[in-house]
Amino acid sequence: MNQLLNSILVFLILTGFLLLASSRLVACIRAVAIQGVLLGFLAIAAHDGNQSAFGVLLPLVSVVVKGIILPWLITRAMRDADTAREIEPLISYNLSVLIGAAALGVSLWLGQRLLLPNQPTSFLLVPAAFFTCLVGFILLITRRKAITQVLGYLTLENGVYAFGAAVALEMPILVELGILLDVFVAVFVMGIAIFHINRQFDHIDTHQLVALSDRVR
Amino acid sequence: MSALLIALLSFVVGGIGAVICANRGRWPTMVGVAGVLIGCVCGIVPAVRVVLGKPPQSLRMAWDVPYGSLFLNLDPLSGFFLIPVFVLCSLAAVYGADYLEAYRPKKSLAPPWFFFNLLVASMVVVILARNGVLFLLAWEMMALSSFFLVTFEDEKESTRQAGWIYLVASHIGTAFLLVLFILLGKANGSFDFDRFSTSSGTGLLFVLALVGFGTKAGFIPLHVWLPEAHPAAPSHVSAVMSAVMIKTGIYGLIRVMMILGAPHAWWGWVLCAIGLSSGLIGVLLALAQHDLKRLLAYHSVENIGIIALGLGVGTLGLRAGLPVVAVLGFAGSLLHVLNHALFKGLLFLAAGNVAHSTHTREIDHLGGLLRRMPLSGAIFLIGAVAISGLPPLNGFISEFLIYLASFKGTLILDGVSIAPMLATIAGLALIGGLAAACFTKAFGIVFLGQPRSEHAERAHEVGLAMVLPGFVLAIACVLIGLLGANVVNSMATLVSEVTGLSVPIVRMSLAEAAHSITFVSYTGGALVGVATLLALGRAIALSNRSVYTDVTWGCGYAEPSPRMQYTASSFAQPLTDIFDSLLQTRRVLIAPNGLFPKEGSFATETPDPYQEYVFRPLFHAISRDLLLLRPLQQGQVQLYILYIAVTLLLLLLWQLA
Repeated sequence: MNQLLNSILVFLILTGFLLLASSRLVACIRAVAIQGVLLGFLAIAAHDGNQSAFGVLLPLVSVVVKGIILPWLITRAMRDADTAREIEPLISYNLSVLIGAAALGVSLWLGQRLLLPNQPTSFLLVPAAFFTCLVGFILLITRRKAITQVLGYLTLENGVYAFGAAVALEMPILVELGILLDVFVAVFVMGIAIFHINRQFDHIDTHQLVALSDRVR
Repeated sequence: MSALLIALLSFVVGGIGAVICANRGRWPTMVGVAGVLIGCVCGIVPAVRVVLGKPPQSLRMAWDVPYGSLFLNLDPLSGFFLIPVFVLCSLAAVYGADYLEAYRPKKSLAPPWFFFNLLVASMVVVILARNGVLFLLAWEMMALSSFFLVTFEDEKESTRQAGWIYLVASHIGTAFLLVLFILLGKANGSFDFDRFSTSSGTGLLFVLALVGFGTKAGFIPLHVWLPEAHPAAPSHVSAVMSAVMIKTGIYGLIRVMMILGAPHAWWGWVLCAIGLSSGLIGVLLALAQHDLKRLLAYHSVENIGIIALGLGVGTLGLRAGLPVVAVLGFAGSLLHVLNHALFKGLLFLAAGNVAHSTHTREIDHLGGLLRRMPLSGAIFLIGAVAISGLPPLNGFISEFLIYLASFKGTLILDGVSIAPMLATIAGLALIGGLAAACFTKAFGIVFLGQPRSEHAERAHEVGLAMVLPGFVLAIACVLIGLLGANVVNSMATLVSEVTGLSVPIVRMSLAEAAHSITFVSYTGGALVGVATLLALGRAIALSNRSVYTDVTWGCGYAEPSPRMQYTASSFAQPLTDIFDSLLQTRRVLIAPNGLFPKEGSFATETPDPYQEYVFRPLFHAISRDLLLLRPLQQGQVQLYILYIAVTLLLLLLWQLA
């Protein structure tokens, strides 16, 4: 079982790097979808056998929402907005990957230092979750397109979810469901917002939204 | 208590209802006003009953907020401050319904009524709350809802500026209150007022309360927001703010002094000093103003000063163990709270009528309005007499109590401790005289003489809904004046609660003062009788003769014009010249030149000296230094997320390392 868990976690980390390195939006969306599916398995694998009915149902719902519905929504938004590539990120892809490597180092160190009430089943669990959060942050900070922002947000949430699987054996199901609903609505709203921004400004470059700020220049 | 809860509910329902039917013509107004009226009628009954001696009521419920509890209590002090809230707010709502109607084609009236209802509700909660968290929450809600009311005409640059000043001032005050309540709560392990007991460090707590509540009340030099916010707000809002809202500052100060227990002597000295400076500087600055509502705002500062004087004398009396001085000082101060609410509300409503009818607040553009607006003029006159502290109206009664307290103190005490008493007597006399001069100017220039501009010439009386509230307040002023003795006697329970003295002692001291006041009331009644007789006689004498009017003070001019009348500044000049070093009036004079001068002009302006020489430089320096942080605000979402992420990561690393 531990073997399976560790491979899932390694895959999770690899998808993180894929997100950082890829310039194609479709690849990024796929990476996030794979993450969603991986997390579903992670939740089952982490609990090591003793499953309740909800313990199976929740990962299933999560897989459906994160692996299928959300990517489909984002793909549609991407097609509507007619963008396939993140053209000019604020920093280069190579640099993103390097920062990602540093983030992985920080995460591993954190995983050793962080004392949890109940020891997680795998030593990789906390670092992988934390790394996924950081990847989400890096995406949010360094990318310009509204769609990559959404992807960053989703990745961040995936990290939080993985962490939840790591920390609590019995995470309150209502909380998990609540977060899931939250993300779903957020992506939905963002999809609409992206569509409108695109229609209004003919692009979805968030950098240009600076013009709306009230900063004196 | 249930009646008060219904009242609160009614305010909230009225406010939200106004928003719900925002697009339906007069509906927001009607729903908002109905909410206020129903709530005020429900609320005033228990408030009056508890002041007259019914036992206090309280309500305590658990609340999820940390350290908070829904702890309300209606005791005589709360009841006494609630009475003007309910009276003024209901009358102002009726007035505002008509006053705001002129804005309806241009603006939605749902927001002002929503915030008006919210303001009333939050004032009631502030006065009833007995938990620090609940109190601060209501206090902040009060500040914010009144901020949105002040900035109702936000298309004007000056209004936005005024709102900004008000917001900053309010929050500086709240910051002090926050520290005060945290200190009190930390020492006692609970934020409920009844658990507060202090033994040490009361001096610091008193200073915090003085600054925090003083900002709301308008003690000099913390008064700078009043002359900005009051003129900018719609008139019924200025009436509520000036008459009741700033009194929550006085309420808070008295409440905290009651919590802190036995006062130090220096508290009394400080309160007397603040009272004197606020009273004097307030009335002097009022004298130099040209804007009618700004003038009234400075008079609020003056009257808050008088209230502080009463508190100071009362505190000194309490400290020196002189029940008579303490009782009369506090009674005078509290009664002045009620009186000022009545006549200042009245004056702001009357000033609103003038502004509504002439579209200007410049005193020097007005004139001769008494003929065109006789009803508004009459109520303004009654308010002016009352605020000047002239018998037989209500302003006199409360000032008389403070005088009496100081005289008793001067007679009993000796040594250096009579200094504040003597200063209070002299100061009150000076303040009263200057206030009378100022209102002679205001009433004379605005309502008498000839119109100075087209604005004034085209003036007309306003609708009944805008006159009636003023009349109710005028009648209240006259009644409190004539029935002063009864009013003073009925304050026994209240004053006993505030001073901590037993009811019989308080009753005895009050009865003594009431005895003197009876004489004043009789004389006042006789004066009114004689005046009526004289007027009657004049009417009879003139009934069979022809009467014609002519230009006042022809003075041999062939063609006198309205421009030859006294202006507001020329009327006040003899007095303002004496105090010029305090006022720093700016004069711009273009002197007429030669034998046949073509042009010449003269203008004066008296900006607030504290605003000009203290706060403006201070805030300028602060904002200049804060500009260094400006590069942090790039307006890029990505950068902001970077700040958050880096902060979180560093905190985590720091915690784990």
